[in-house]
Amino acid sequence: MADTLAPSSSPPVEGGAHAPADGTKRDFLKLVAGSFAAVGVGAIVWPFIASMNPAKDVLALASTDVDLTHVAEGQAVTVMWRGKPVFVRHRTAKEIEEAQAVPLSDLRDPQTDQSRVLREPWLIVVGVCTHLGCVPLGQKSTDPRGDYGGWFCPCHGSHYDTAGRIRRGPAPLNLAVPEYEFRSDTQVRIG
Amino acid sequence: MASGLHDSTVTNPVLRWIDQRMPVITMMQKEYGSFPTPRNFNYFWNFGALAMINLLIMIATGIFLAMNYTPHTSLAFDSVERIMRDVNYGWLIRYVHMNGASMFFIVVLVHVWRGMYYGSYKTPRELLWILGVVIFLLMMATAFMGYVLPWGQMSFWGATVITNLFSAIPLVGNSIVTLLWGGFSVDNPTLNRFFSLHYLLPFVIAGVVFLHVAALHITGSNNPLGIEPKGPQDTLPFHPYYTIKDSVGVIVYLMVFAVLVFFMPNYLGHPDNYIPANPLSTPAHIVPEWYFLPFYAILRAVPDKLMGVLAMFGSIAILFVLPWLDSSPVRSMRFRPIAKWLFLLWTVNFFVLMWAGGKPAEGHYILIARLATAYYFAYFLVLLPLLSKIERPLPLPESIARPVLRGGGPLPGAATAQPMEKA
Repeated sequence: MADTLAPSSSPPVEGGAHAPADGTKRDFLKLVAGSFAAVGVGAIVWPFIASMNPAKDVLALASTDVDLTHVAEGQAVTVMWRGKPVFVRHRTAKEIEEAQAVPLSDLRDPQTDQSRVLREPWLIVVGVCTHLGCVPLGQKSTDPRGDYGGWFCPCHGSHYDTAGRIRRGPAPLNLAVPEYEFRSDTQVRIG
Repeated sequence: MASGLHDSTVTNPVLRWIDQRMPVITMMQKEYGSFPTPRNFNYFWNFGALAMINLLIMIATGIFLAMNYTPHTSLAFDSVERIMRDVNYGWLIRYVHMNGASMFFIVVLVHVWRGMYYGSYKTPRELLWILGVVIFLLMMATAFMGYVLPWGQMSFWGATVITNLFSAIPLVGNSIVTLLWGGFSVDNPTLNRFFSLHYLLPFVIAGVVFLHVAALHITGSNNPLGIEPKGPQDTLPFHPYYTIKDSVGVIVYLMVFAVLVFFMPNYLGHPDNYIPANPLSTPAHIVPEWYFLPFYAILRAVPDKLMGVLAMFGSIAILFVLPWLDSSPVRSMRFRPIAKWLFLLWTVNFFVLMWAGGKPAEGHYILIARLATAYYFAYFLVLLPLLSKIERPLPLPESIARPVLRGGGPLPGAATAQPMEKA
């Protein structure tokens, strides 16, 4: 225990012969200790933050298969993908024509119809309004489809056309096209 | 200085502005910076800080577990398995929480033992001690309800047995048990309320810990000699001396903790709790978690239902009156030649109870548990009051500084105990 008294009996640090050296040594120690503490805190925080990211079972449900056999021309189906609705629409020839005829200069978020469709006549878009996340109407034939024959979002009045592009209302972007592929002529895997 | 502002010594202008209006920095400096602390602490004085850290670890891991746990009888077990298998680092967070409960009891039991050995419960620290016993009781309730949540076999049958303890109360016992269950057996309503309370109680504990520390900072800490500091030569500023000493303890504590979590995460648990709860089949050998075993042994040692329950609760309740059962003015067992050995025997006896609680209630185990139970209570109710009258304590040191600097000589000047300049 007598050791603990040593510093007070030794000459004061400032006046000692090694004063400058002690100063840099203390700085170095503070830097090293601080760095170690920062790394330690980071290592502790990491698993906690990571645990809030999607778990393995959530990721395992990240793709959805859709059977297109029973979707007749003019009809649409809604499927769940990652907890969100995905609109799968069997477009009529007229709807496709309308969508392709629109000049890009008329569009808020300019995209050609071709760039939004993998294989005609199927239009597949995420059914979430790009304004504030409501689900637009227009999947059923009795739904209002807005002024452009696509979808109409009842929350704040966004109108989408038959290619799911924003035409009027507050939404900034077209309905998103999810990643998908045709497994066969009648099988689509979304995600 | 504008009137109404606190006279702050903080130099940083932003912190000073805050400190003048809400002197938390001044308070922290007073309570944890320059706070005069006896200079002769040994490592037993780490355990309060360790318990505080352990509580924070439990709350942090618990909050993140609750994000993925489902308190429903048909989903709870699977949601815990999902935490173990699917949630990122879920296994780590759960194992830390699970073993954190054991670490918490280890730390707190040592903390309580320290208080008993060095007489920290004696005047003027009775209320401080009582608040500590309250924390201990809250911890036990929290741990018990937490153990029910995974809804394994031990969860279910532990909950059944422990809640049934209350049925021993005459007349209203069964009504109380029905009230606790929210039904006619341990079932979904029970699980729901246990989850709610398991989330609540740690914050109640944190509140009582605050009171515990507030009371501590009025009386100041006890120390291994059990005599009060007589002046600045007997104390050291809390920082950096005891922040550093506590840090050493924290590192050792975390090493033990890490060994449990990473190398033997299920060592202190029971494999039966990885079998989903089945209300139709009781496991052959029911044991509570290790930290309840001594009290469980006392329960089983008494052949009468009501008396057994009373003895079990009484074994903890008796701690509340310990400051008045032991009226010897000498705090530290170092200076109590008889009480010291009887207390060490009591300590061994506590482990005997723990061992007996884990054995089946039959044959000579019962006899051992009974003898140990008798000694547990005799120490408090007979030996301590008696020793308070007849024991002749060893001479107490003149001051803390004296025995620290053995070999006589003049008392070191007050200058030696001045806080060292902070770099």
